[in-house]
Amino acid sequence: MVSLLLRQLRRILITTLVGGLLGATLVRLAPGFGVDERELDPRLSAASQQAIHAERARDNNIALFYLRYLAGVAHGDFGFSRSLNRPVSELLKERLPLTLGSLAYGVAGGLSFGLTLALLTVWWRAPGADLLPAVLSGLFLAAPAAVIALVFLWLGAPAAGGARWAIALVVFPQVYRYAKNQLMATAQSPHVVAAEAKGLSGWRVLWAHILTPAAPQLAALAGISVSMAFGASIPIEAICDSPGIGQLAWRAALDRDLPLLVTITVLVALMTLGVNSLADIALAAWKPAGAGAE
Amino acid sequence: MNLQRRIAWTVLLAAVAASLAAGWLTHHSYAEQSRDFISAPPSSQFWLGTDELGRDRFARLLYGTRVSLLLAPAAAVLSTLIAALIGGAAGYLGGRWERAVTSGIDLFLSLPWLFLLLAVRALLPLDTSPLTSVAITFALLGCLGWAAPARIIRAGTRTLINSDYLVQAAASGIPRWRMFWRHLLPNLRPILLAQFWISVPLFILSEANLGLLGLGVSEPLPSWGALLRELENYSAVFQNPWMLAPVVLLVVVVSCLQLLLRTEERVPC
Repeated sequence: MVSLLLRQLRRILITTLVGGLLGATLVRLAPGFGVDERELDPRLSAASQQAIHAERARDNNIALFYLRYLAGVAHGDFGFSRSLNRPVSELLKERLPLTLGSLAYGVAGGLSFGLTLALLTVWWRAPGADLLPAVLSGLFLAAPAAVIALVFLWLGAPAAGGARWAIALVVFPQVYRYAKNQLMATAQSPHVVAAEAKGLSGWRVLWAHILTPAAPQLAALAGISVSMAFGASIPIEAICDSPGIGQLAWRAALDRDLPLLVTITVLVALMTLGVNSLADIALAAWKPAGAGAE
Repeated sequence: MNLQRRIAWTVLLAAVAASLAAGWLTHHSYAEQSRDFISAPPSSQFWLGTDELGRDRFARLLYGTRVSLLLAPAAAVLSTLIAALIGGAAGYLGGRWERAVTSGIDLFLSLPWLFLLLAVRALLPLDTSPLTSVAITFALLGCLGWAAPARIIRAGTRTLINSDYLVQAAASGIPRWRMFWRHLLPNLRPILLAQFWISVPLFILSEANLGLLGLGVSEPLPSWGALLRELENYSAVFQNPWMLAPVVLLVVVVSCLQLLLRTEERVPC
C-alpha cells in the first residue's frame, strides 16, 4: 500500500513538472510573447524603454523562464492574466469553488442515475428491458455537451443549476453503459447462476453476488467520470454563463491568454490525476479484502 | 448484417451522399446572401428557411455535413496512424522505449481532452481564412487524439509479438523493420480499424463543441459546429423549430456511428 501511495505521488509530481514545462514552453513560444505595450508609450524615456525591454529579455531562455515560473508557483504566484488584468491565483480562488461544486453535484447525479438504471436493467433482465435506458443513454452520448447545456438555457434554468444538470447528463450515459456491461457480465457468471438455482432472493443475489464483486470496477468509474466532467465543464459553463474554471478557460482561449490557460490546464490535470490516484488506492485497498473473503 | 446495422449504414450513406450531392440538391451556395429573404421561413425556394444574413439553411446544412463528415474521418485516420506508429513502435521495441512512451501517453491522457484542445488551439492563429481554420481544427483533432488509441495498440502489439509466427519470423533472421511493416502492422489492422471507428464520433462531437464556442471553423464556411452557434439565440429557436435541423442530423449520425460500434463489439470473432 505504501509503495502504491509513493508511486502515485511520483506520477503526480512527474506529470506536474513535465506538464508545467510543456505549458511554459507553449507560453514562451506563443506569438506576442515578450511584447510589452508600455514600450509604445511616448512619455517613456529611452532608458526606461530599455529597462522594460531588458526585463522582458530575461524570459527568453525557456529553462530560466520555467524555473522562475516554478519558483512563483511554489509561493502561490501563478502569474498574471493579461486579458483580465488580474493575478491568476485570484481568479482561481474566485472561480474554482463554483466549478468544484458543479462537478460534485454533476458527477454524483450522473453516477447515481447511471448506476440506478444499470441496476434496474440487470434486475429485470427481460428482453427489451434496456430499451428505454439504451435510447436515453444513446441520445445523450450522441449530443455534444454544449447542446445539452443549450437545452437548459432554453428551459431558463439558473446558470449554476443548469451546469450541474448538464454535467450529470454528460456523465450518466458513459456510467450506464460501462456499469450495465460490467453487471451483466457478473450476472452471467457461474456463481450467480448457482445462487439463483439455490433459490436465493433476487435482491440478495443482486446485492451480494452481482454488485459486490463488481464494486471495484464501478469505483474506478468515479475517477473517469471526474475527468469527463472537467472536459465537459468548458462548453457547459461557457453556454450556461456559469462563472467557473471552464468559462475562464474558454475566455482565456478566445483572448489568447496563454499563461492563464496553461495554469488552468495543469491545475485540472493535477486534480484529475489526484482523483484517479485516489480511485486506484481505494481499489488496491479493496482487493486484499475481497481476496481474503474468498 | 442485422436490422440495426442496416438502418445505421443506410442513414450514414444517405447523409454522406446528400452532402456530396449538395450542388445538385440545392442551387444556392452556402455563402450566398439573399438580402430580400432575411430570416425567412421554409419555402419551396429555401427548404429550411434562411438565417439572419439571408443564407439558405438547407445549403449550409448540406455543405456543413460535407465538411464534418469528410474531415472527421480524415482526422481519425491521422490520429490512428500516429497512434499506430507510436504505440506499435513502443510495443515492438519494448524496454525503455515502451516505458517512456507509456509515461508520455499517461501524461497526455491525464489532461481532459477539451482542455488540451483549447490550450493548443489558442496557441494557433484564431483570425484565419475559413479553409485554414478547417485545416487547423481537424489537424489538431487528429494530432491530439492519438494517446488513447496508442495505449490499446501498444497492448495489442505486445500480445502479437509473443505469437508463434512472429517468434518464428524473428528466429529466421528477418530484419526488424521488415517484421514491423510486413508482419506486425497488417495484423494490427482489426485494432486500428476499431480505433478509427471509435475516433470518428469523438471528433465530430469535439468539432461541434469547438464550433459552438467560436474556436472551430470560421465563417462563412459551415460545419456542424459552426451551424450550432445559431442555436444560442433561444427565442428564435422556439419560433423557428427548423433551426434545430443541424442538431437533429448530428445526433442521428453520431447515434448511427455508436450503434455500428456497439453491434461490431457484439459480433463474435
